[in-house]
Amino acid sequence: MPELSYLIAVLAICFVIDFALRGVPFLVLEPLRESDFVGRMAGWMPAGILAILAVATVQSASEGGGSRLAYALIASAITVAVHLGFGRRTLLSVSAGTGVFVLLVNLA
Amino acid sequence: MSRRSEVREGIRISLPAGLGMFPLGLAFGLLVIQAGLEWWVAPALSIAVYAGSLEFLLVSLIVVSAPLLTVAVTTLLVNFRHVFYAFTFPLKVVRNPIAKLYSAYSLTDEAFAITAAKPDGWTAWRLVSMQIALQIYWVGGGLAGVLIGSLLPAGIEGLDFALCALFITLTLDASRTKKEVPSLLLAASCYAFAAVAFPQAAMFAGLLLFVAVLIIRYVIERARGKANA
Repeated sequence: MPELSYLIAVLAICFVIDFALRGVPFLVLEPLRESDFVGRMAGWMPAGILAILAVATVQSASEGGGSRLAYALIASAITVAVHLGFGRRTLLSVSAGTGVFVLLVNLA
Repeated sequence: MSRRSEVREGIRISLPAGLGMFPLGLAFGLLVIQAGLEWWVAPALSIAVYAGSLEFLLVSLIVVSAPLLTVAVTTLLVNFRHVFYAFTFPLKVVRNPIAKLYSAYSLTDEAFAITAAKPDGWTAWRLVSMQIALQIYWVGGGLAGVLIGSLLPAGIEGLDFALCALFITLTLDASRTKKEVPSLLLAASCYAFAAVAFPQAAMFAGLLLFVAVLIIRYVIERARGKANA
């Protein structure tokens, strides 16, 4: 367990940055609303950012040697298949992928 | 409509998201315990930070006592997408200053997605009660998770894959049309480059590189547009 002062610093830093990211855009909305640049970025960023987060987290889950990379790829494929095959029900897809990964890591 | 029925409607709208958020919060609470952190770290993060994916990442950073600068940059990059939610989120229906602050503070992916899917008919009571309900599912799930986690004799390995699976589903949901293909290819290339060039900080480097490449893309498209005009 890290020191309390470190934890409090983490909580404070994340609160300030997170709140600023969510709140400040409303304050500067009017000039930005017309901006072609921001409009384009808003259209381009989400899918790519989420894809990078997905790949990065799958990569870190697959670290640790052995067959973990294969397990992570199988669980990812299951997540995609369930999500596309069963009407994009996030709860179901996440449970299926996580369940398969937990089973493979602990039993296989 | 009356205040009471607006609150009821807000809670009703929040339920499908809650079905996903409560179990994910539970997984988060389990992770906090398994990482060897005190139980209160789960609700503390879910109140101070309140951003599911970032909270999972923060646990892994806190466990290794990552430098505060790393924590700050991670927060900035992972949650930067929230900047764009202000364009469509109906915050203007909320008049009370405290309710307005709460609504902006609790503007999560889920809250945004719910309003984006159904843009009309929002009132202050409906919007804020929906957002409070979402945070209750999340914090409640986290508390249930730390409780279960402290009762389990041994940790369950691999539960952190819930975060990977969540990002995979969010990526799929954000990539429904052909328009997203260039962004996905650019993002994949940026991450592949970052993973080779900066293996210790592949995610941050990949995200930064991706934003830089998108700026270049914008400049090029603009120049082309001007040339055609």
